[in-house]
Amino acid sequence: MAVETGRPAQPAASGGPTARGRGRGADVRKPARARRVLSTHWYAWAMIAPVVLVLGVIIGFPLLRGVYLSLTNADERNVGRTIGARTLEPTYEFVGLDNYVEVLTGDVFWGRLAWTVVWTVACVSLTFLIGLALANMLNRAVRGRTLYRIALILPWGIPAFVSVFAWRLLFAGDGMFNAVLTGGGIEGVDWLEHPTWAKLAVITVNIWIGVPFMLVATLGALQSVPGELYEAAEMDGAGPWQRFRNITVPGIRSVSATVILLSTIWTFNMFPVIFLLTGGGPYGSSEILVTEAFNLAFVRSPRDFATSATWGVLILLLLVAFAVLYRRSLRKQGEVW
Amino acid sequence: MRRAIGTTALVAALALAATACGGGGGEEGGDAASGELSGTVTFWDTSNDAEKATFQRIAEDFENKHPGVDVEYVNIGFDNAQNKFKDAANAGEAPEVMRTEVAWVSDFASLQIIEPLDDLADDAGDHVPQAWGSTQYDGRTYALPQVIDTLALFYNKRILDEAGVEAPSSIAELKDSAAAIEKTGATPFYLRGDDAYWFLPYLYGEGGDLVDAQAREVTVDDPAGAAAFATVEDLLDSGVATTDINDGYANQQKAFNNGEAAMIVDGPWAIAGTLAGAEFKDDPDNLGVAPVPAGSEDQGAPQGGWNLSVYAGTAPENMDAAKEFARYMSSAEVQQRTTEELSLLPTRTSVYEEPSVQENQMVRFFKPAVDKAVQRAWIPEAAGFFDPLKEQLARVVKDAATPEEAAESTGEAYRELLPDWK
Repeated sequence: MAVETGRPAQPAASGGPTARGRGRGADVRKPARARRVLSTHWYAWAMIAPVVLVLGVIIGFPLLRGVYLSLTNADERNVGRTIGARTLEPTYEFVGLDNYVEVLTGDVFWGRLAWTVVWTVACVSLTFLIGLALANMLNRAVRGRTLYRIALILPWGIPAFVSVFAWRLLFAGDGMFNAVLTGGGIEGVDWLEHPTWAKLAVITVNIWIGVPFMLVATLGALQSVPGELYEAAEMDGAGPWQRFRNITVPGIRSVSATVILLSTIWTFNMFPVIFLLTGGGPYGSSEILVTEAFNLAFVRSPRDFATSATWGVLILLLLVAFAVLYRRSLRKQGEVW
Repeated sequence: MRRAIGTTALVAALALAATACGGGGGEEGGDAASGELSGTVTFWDTSNDAEKATFQRIAEDFENKHPGVDVEYVNIGFDNAQNKFKDAANAGEAPEVMRTEVAWVSDFASLQIIEPLDDLADDAGDHVPQAWGSTQYDGRTYALPQVIDTLALFYNKRILDEAGVEAPSSIAELKDSAAAIEKTGATPFYLRGDDAYWFLPYLYGEGGDLVDAQAREVTVDDPAGAAAFATVEDLLDSGVATTDINDGYANQQKAFNNGEAAMIVDGPWAIAGTLAGAEFKDDPDNLGVAPVPAGSEDQGAPQGGWNLSVYAGTAPENMDAAKEFARYMSSAEVQQRTTEELSLLPTRTSVYEEPSVQENQMVRFFKPAVDKAVQRAWIPEAAGFFDPLKEQLARVVKDAATPEEAAESTGEAYRELLPDWK
């Protein structure tokens, strides 16, 4: 099968000149070319059609609709909806870029963005460093290694909402942390009622949830670094730090680059931790961009779908910009990616 | 959800309805031919843990009256119930009948997700006018009243006696008696720092209100608004009251039921739960109820309560049963039962005539309070009033904003909700 699909790919690759020639005599050649493409590649097209269709339906349509809604004044009172036998026609209007102007000139967006960036940077960097450190410790023959590994991966296996609620109990006014503090003679802290403590709390929980993924990914990468390199370096008299800097770090770079990118995107949009631990509070201080967008569309009354969609598009643009810049900087460092 | 029932009774009822419809030539509803009601009614109840068993029995008793109707009782709790119903309604999965808070009716009605019930409004005159007022939107009736309530001061008689003080009638008196109460080891007062509804008595006490709907004016940032925030700040800073900005309701109940707090503000819905608490379980008379303390200008608590509304997307074959169910839940018979079993306040004047209701101590207290309760602006935009207010209240509680700043920010948020108001 691989051979069969592989073969039609050949003419496509050598079809470079044909594609370039399209500009000159396109009119005459187009139908013929289309027919030829169809006849040689029909099998490939048929194979990807369902995927394209499904992606179009579950990603393309909502995305385009979100972008469109962000250019209107849609809210819960004017969108089209069907209530039983009655269908209400949508009455919202196209307002151009008004929503963007309003969001970008207000201070709520910038405030939330600043905290979202702090939250993302803090979570990703600490999660990565802790994951890497733990992976290094586990990447050797220690007694009970399997047990350690299972224990460290456990947070990953627990549904996020369960662990967040457990943490909530720990952080509560009469929870375990305060019991420990007061037991040690220190006054308890209103963990979730003070902006700074609440921010620390959400970051802590997110790190706890995120470490297993980093651990597994970096451990896999560490094991792919050839042992001979370390032996050779040791022979040359390199210390542990030098071996780490000059063998481990470059050796796992391709994996760490990918997991940092993924982790950044996930953390940037990490809804459940914030929503369930602090609900964005106290007074909105731990609200990140996605929880705020959710509030706009589904919590606050009246439900403002257009502004929420605007926030959604802005979040997407920010992440796309980040991914592009990140890839470019990696490429500069010589990564093929 | 409401399609997921597979009892034989339902199958039989549907079969009956189907044949009846077929025979009747497209006649609407299950109330055809035989005159027997049929269909399925899912009822979303919002009553609290102490009330829900009673409400479930009452709802299911409808099946005894109308054997052809299958009632499915679902308790969805109070938290977020408004949004749950909106979501379900837009997805076409809403229950036939929803227990609707008085302030939600205009919101649901303006979204056209609840059915006008003008044909059930024949005994409107029996309901107290404030309760009936909350069912009206745009000149039509969208709900039937079930209970009416307001906030009041709950106090622990034992602690107040020990301290040698009377239940305070004003904030000033509350502060004066605080030192004596503290000597007993209890906190004088638990203040809800996490809920905007509980803030209203302080606002009314200073002679203010959130908005003036008649004059189309936002009034929360008038001097009275800042004064109300200042009252809250003062009660907390002086140590008269404790508070939380999360889980306030649960903490308040716990503190009062265990005797840690001598006084709280709560409504009739909390009576059943309070009487089950450690301090009151063996001695129900230990619970005292008084009007909310007055502010420097006035005294008042918001009018609340619950209505019943019918989902506008109810299938035609269930519509008659759903309307009849709403009428039943609002009937004098049910209201008398909820008073006798849960001490909830009826909305029907005829029910207040009943001896069992007249003798109910809680009704005796709450009725005059309800008569004086402040009617809120029954406008759809009011659904958006509490979020900004709650945020600013938390800021004041945590000293992150001055009372003046809090009042000003709340006013700004309201003007965004009501763009053409003053």
